[in-house]
Amino acid sequence: MARIIGCVTTSHVPAIGNAIAKGRQEEPYWKEWFDGFTPVHRWLDRVRPDVAVVVYNDHGLNFFLDKLPTFAIGAAAEYQTADEGWNLPAVRPFPGDPALSWHVINSVVAAGFDVTMCQEMAVDHAVCNPMQLLWPGGGPWPVRIVPVEINTVQFPLPSAARCYEFGQAIGRAVASYPSGERVVVIGTGGLSHQLDGERAGFINKEFDRKFMASMVTDPSWATRYSTVELVEQTGSQGIELILWLTARAVLGAGSGGGDVGVREVAATYHVPISNTAAGMMLLEPAG
Amino acid sequence: MTTNGQPVAGTTIFDGDQAIKGYALSKMCMSFNDAANRAEFVRDEDAYCARYGLSPAQREAVRHRNVLELIAAGGNIYYLAKFAGIFGLDVQDIGAQQTGVTKAEFQARLLAEGR
Repeated sequence: MARIIGCVTTSHVPAIGNAIAKGRQEEPYWKEWFDGFTPVHRWLDRVRPDVAVVVYNDHGLNFFLDKLPTFAIGAAAEYQTADEGWNLPAVRPFPGDPALSWHVINSVVAAGFDVTMCQEMAVDHAVCNPMQLLWPGGGPWPVRIVPVEINTVQFPLPSAARCYEFGQAIGRAVASYPSGERVVVIGTGGLSHQLDGERAGFINKEFDRKFMASMVTDPSWATRYSTVELVEQTGSQGIELILWLTARAVLGAGSGGGDVGVREVAATYHVPISNTAAGMMLLEPAG
Repeated sequence: MTTNGQPVAGTTIFDGDQAIKGYALSKMCMSFNDAANRAEFVRDEDAYCARYGLSPAQREAVRHRNVLELIAAGGNIYYLAKFAGIFGLDVQDIGAQQTGVTKAEFQARLLAEGR
């Protein structure tokens, strides 16, 4: 059976893609953030995943308000990137894994998560930037991806509790896939930030720290909060922590019920990148 | 949840009411993913806005390049960021504008959070 070997969660701020495109990784503003991924690169060299399940939110590239799914899963052989309005160079396309995608889709629908299924799906900075952080330097992508998209644009958003259960369902689906694939799950976005309104620039370090600790020791902690409570605590874009939460639930699900428990391999927390409290965590199953 | 409730200070929850109010504006902003459309907007802003059927309040907010006015007219920040991009404005420019400070002051505030 396929095995989930770890989880990486990271901010995906567009400015990160801009810094990569312009080669600014060594500049003082950026160095601490990019250097934080050195242990992730070492870990990836060691564990060599075949597939990445990428839990992210689309910001108006593939989906618009005319038809906006709550949960969508890509089932394409390839995922293109494109201009999001800022003239950044396109990132090379990502290879997909349609067979695993359909296995996940079939499994989660059977488990009560009625996802939108996408055979064509452009992916935005929320996929491209984390992928470039994990596997820098160009060249062919060493993993195939299964994109899992969650609505954070149009309220009502899925609750943190629902996302956690969705992640568990994805985790059980992957663990029941009859192959020897090694799967890493990536959760993107966050941490606290707000771009809009009089509260623009809002950051909440105390809540971010609590949330990051909960990712290790108490993974369902954030599910006690309603969506509006999370907006209040983390900002209107900080709500992207539901993507971290989903990814964490994928890792913890194992093949049975409950949570397998995880070990923190690496973590960074850095304020600010652009308007955002940026975080990264690398977690492995404890066993 | 209603837009009138404003459950979080300084924050507009982008719910169904906002989505209805802002749809024409959002649709126009979504079109700015395409560089040719951005150029067309710059070439003839009035015609471009008319093509998308913006409300008078939306047209004025676009004219003012004012993000709080755009949000009040139903705009969503994810799509508005594409509009701001036409003028080379990043999220710190629009953060400064919305909070009534200079960009340098806004950046200094964020850097202070990191200390």
